[in-house]
Amino acid sequence: MELTLWTYEGPPHVGAMRIATGMEGVHYVLHAPQGDTYADLLFTMIERRDRRPPVTYTTFQARDLGGDTAEMVKTSVRDAYERFKPQVMLVGESCTAELIQDQPGSLAKGMKLPIPIVSLELPAYSKKENWGASETLYHLVRTLLLPLVPPPNTHKPKREAHIRPKANIIGPTALGFRCRDDIREVIKLLAEIGVDVNVVAPMGATPDDLLRIPDADFNICLYPEIALTTCNWLQRSFGQPTIKTVPIGVGATRDFIAEIGKVVEIDVSEALKRSQSDTLGNWDVSRLSSANNPNASRLPWYSRSVDSTYLTGKRVFIFGDATHALAAARIATEELGFTLVGIGTYSREFAREVREVAKKHGLEAVISDDYLAVEAKVAEAAPELVLGTQMERHIAKRLGIPCAVISAPIHVQDVPARYSPQMGWEGANVIFDSWVHPLMMGLEEHLIGMFREDFEFAEGHMSHLHTAPSQDSRRESLVTEQAIAATGSSNQAVLTPVAQAVAQTVDGITWSVDGEAELKKIPFFVRGKIKRNTEKFASDHGISTITLETLYEAKAAIGK
Amino acid sequence: MALEPCTEVPATNIKKSNTDLSVLKERGQREVFCGLTGIVWLHRKMQDAFFLVVGSRTCAHLIQSAAGVMIFAEPRFGTAILGERDLAGLADANEELDRVVDQLLERRPDIGTLFLVGSCPSEVIKLDLAKAAERLNHRFFPKVRILNYSGSGIETTFTQGEDACLGSMVPVLPHSQDEPSLMVVGSLADVVEDQFQRLFDKLGIGPVYFFPPRRAAQLPPIGKGTKLLLAQPFLSDTVRSLISRGATLLPSPYPFGIEGTTAWLKTAADAWNIDHERFEEAIAPQVNRAKIALERYRQALTGRKAFLFPDSQLEIPLARFLSRECGMELVEVGTPYIDRLLMDTEINLLPVGTALSEGQDVEKQLDRCREARPDITVCGLGLANPLEAEGMATKWSIELVFSPIHGYDQAADLAELFARPLERRRRLTV
Ligand code: SF4
Ligand code: SF4
Repeated sequence: MELTLWTYEGPPHVGAMRIATGMEGVHYVLHAPQGDTYADLLFTMIERRDRRPPVTYTTFQARDLGGDTAEMVKTSVRDAYERFKPQVMLVGESCTAELIQDQPGSLAKGMKLPIPIVSLELPAYSKKENWGASETLYHLVRTLLLPLVPPPNTHKPKREAHIRPKANIIGPTALGFRCRDDIREVIKLLAEIGVDVNVVAPMGATPDDLLRIPDADFNICLYPEIALTTCNWLQRSFGQPTIKTVPIGVGATRDFIAEIGKVVEIDVSEALKRSQSDTLGNWDVSRLSSANNPNASRLPWYSRSVDSTYLTGKRVFIFGDATHALAAARIATEELGFTLVGIGTYSREFAREVREVAKKHGLEAVISDDYLAVEAKVAEAAPELVLGTQMERHIAKRLGIPCAVISAPIHVQDVPARYSPQMGWEGANVIFDSWVHPLMMGLEEHLIGMFREDFEFAEGHMSHLHTAPSQDSRRESLVTEQAIAATGSSNQAVLTPVAQAVAQTVDGITWSVDGEAELKKIPFFVRGKIKRNTEKFASDHGISTITLETLYEAKAAIGK
Repeated sequence: MALEPCTEVPATNIKKSNTDLSVLKERGQREVFCGLTGIVWLHRKMQDAFFLVVGSRTCAHLIQSAAGVMIFAEPRFGTAILGERDLAGLADANEELDRVVDQLLERRPDIGTLFLVGSCPSEVIKLDLAKAAERLNHRFFPKVRILNYSGSGIETTFTQGEDACLGSMVPVLPHSQDEPSLMVVGSLADVVEDQFQRLFDKLGIGPVYFFPPRRAAQLPPIGKGTKLLLAQPFLSDTVRSLISRGATLLPSPYPFGIEGTTAWLKTAADAWNIDHERFEEAIAPQVNRAKIALERYRQALTGRKAFLFPDSQLEIPLARFLSRECGMELVEVGTPYIDRLLMDTEINLLPVGTALSEGQDVEKQLDRCREARPDITVCGLGLANPLEAEGMATKWSIELVFSPIHGYDQAADLAELFARPLERRRRLTV
């Protein structure tokens, strides 16, 4: 048993729904009690889909238990087949049905419907949503393609040089993070280097489309959490190589193009060169309109513009699914000049990759699906920006830190009407804007804070992006910081009631009135760091009361 | 549109009044929440209570999604998620639960009442939460009182969660000496509670207790003199156990709309032998105000067709309000289940021949809805956007549970909730 307030991932059958809902011609019969139909609103409300997910629930009740429920499965399968005439049917169960062991998949298979039935066994008590999505895609693809797998060691004819290579894009689902827009962007990237798209799956694909997967020269594993198992199987069975780079960020997009060039032996040097055009000071007439160049991102230039100087060394904490967290780490550090102060993921399957990146930055990765543990780590790291999921948005709000959402789970506001991909050149532009804007707001808030005495500023006038911490909560976060510093343990810091922490200071160090007053004059977005530095300086030098003088001595000794 | 009753209930009755009304009983896929969802408003109502669901990842995901993904940074509810290890052996699960409760109470020392909430999985594996509550009370009472109820989707729909929750509190309500006293049963928005309290004071009815109370630790007393007036129509079990503790039920329509509110207050006034004049005088200012406010929306709604999908049990009283006070035509009034004890007074107020349906086969019901093309469809969130996309104006039923809609001063607000989707369609030109 595990205590949780919020979960990053739903149960595995919700993952299966994400596959079914992304596709056409697939229907999912789910053996589940009535309350489990809530999952529909994830798609219709949060993602604003205009159709119900293609799911029929058996919605059994207590009085049906013991006999009747198996019959309900068959009725539901029959009715769903009659009504929706799908080309393929997925049959599975949710956590409660798993306990009553009706084996809905076998029941459905026994009914001899004239379509393929994919039986989904997704253990609800040990697995989660992304795994469920991954397994569902794999079983669906495997069921349809198994008869087409060539015998081992069959020679695969080499593509002739004049024929454009063809790619499958594997992984985008319903309720993913910006999948809809990412696909468009990736198709554009591929066109730029002369690669055709064979099948995009599951999003938008029909079962017939899945049957055409083997026609492609290679597979792009766009969202590894969902696509990797399937891509690996396709590689083994059909000899299709897998492109593993996920093109999120300028560097990764360049690597993505380069990897494809190498795998399918095409010349991508022009495309790579074009993508550099805006950045390296080789300004010439041919690039006069470079701002409009769709084959390059504005991120490198925006990042170099003087206005971005203040981004240097901004302390950022990243948490999300592994794909987006890894991409974010690279963009944050290499493309925006931030300092990584924390990184983690709830995707345990990709913990190794995330750990490696963390280590590169001298950090220990947070591999957890415990919201409370993540909250404690964020508080401990005291970042100036959080890049996370819907959950971290809340953590950040609580701690008064700006935040941008980079990964599922999402809320309705993360499904914008405008085109806002994360991948490719345009994706990098979108990322620049959406990560930097909350920080701009931070600057704005600082100015407002400076002019707070001005009568024109009504009390509580703050940025429109998030409500700034009130006086009280500001005091609270200061205290929290103290508590963190004092105990050295984040966990406790967050869990210790604030009132208790007031008395504590670092090793008995206190702030004098003038010292504290001076500290308050420092812009709030650097105040925390300066405070910590000063206290460390004081304790290193055996100073017990931090005065105004101590503050400046520490500043001189440590630097900003 | 005439409804074909399904074979389970032969429609032999020719109905002259609504008491022998034939109801379409449907079985099939239901598109309703489970009782766990009640936590979303109950934890707001009783701010010293914490709700710990003992269930699966699905249950955790459900309340998180139903709570608007994340409204609260630190919610007063959580889930003890059962894992494979817990399913293996029951003794183990009990120890695990104790450990989780320890962890929780350590984190939240402010908790005064802890509800252990059962779910489908915990019921199916027969995890005895009543025993667990007893065991934990030995350790934590009186600092923390531990109660238990089930919100499972195999036993309860949506608002039945509140019924089960209140029901779990009945045995611990203190004994009352009051002769007589009024207990208003069903959670109301605080502002509405205050309005009613003022009206009861004016009428000279009292003492009045509200159940659930604002603080779970301040339980209202109950005894032979307690008269029950229901503010919510979904409290079947709670009412029956309150009756078994000596209270008497004052059957009444529910306080939705001017008519419903007047009838509801009148029921109490009669029980207190308040004379007619005093009653009229007391309610007159509110009634007049409400009439003026309601008129605007009545004009927008009158003659329009409404179709109500089953959701919260509020459907029948709302349909009564829509037809009698807003002049709407009722195409179909669906409700998850009908408890005659609590619903007859309302059903009698519906236009004769209203198409009532109980339970649901959502696909067939959608077919009927599409065929009827109502002006407004009241339905759950899972159906709303798809119906909008088909060109139908919808009202999310869940909003009716969360918004203050009871009483005179909310009558117009209630109508406005139905008028708004129509008004929106009128404004949009794209
Ligand atoms: S229906 Fe049952 S399993 Fe599903 S969320 Fe509700 S209590 Fe949990
Ligand atoms: S909270 Fe979010 S998901 Fe829930 S109804 Fe509001 S917008 Fe929709």
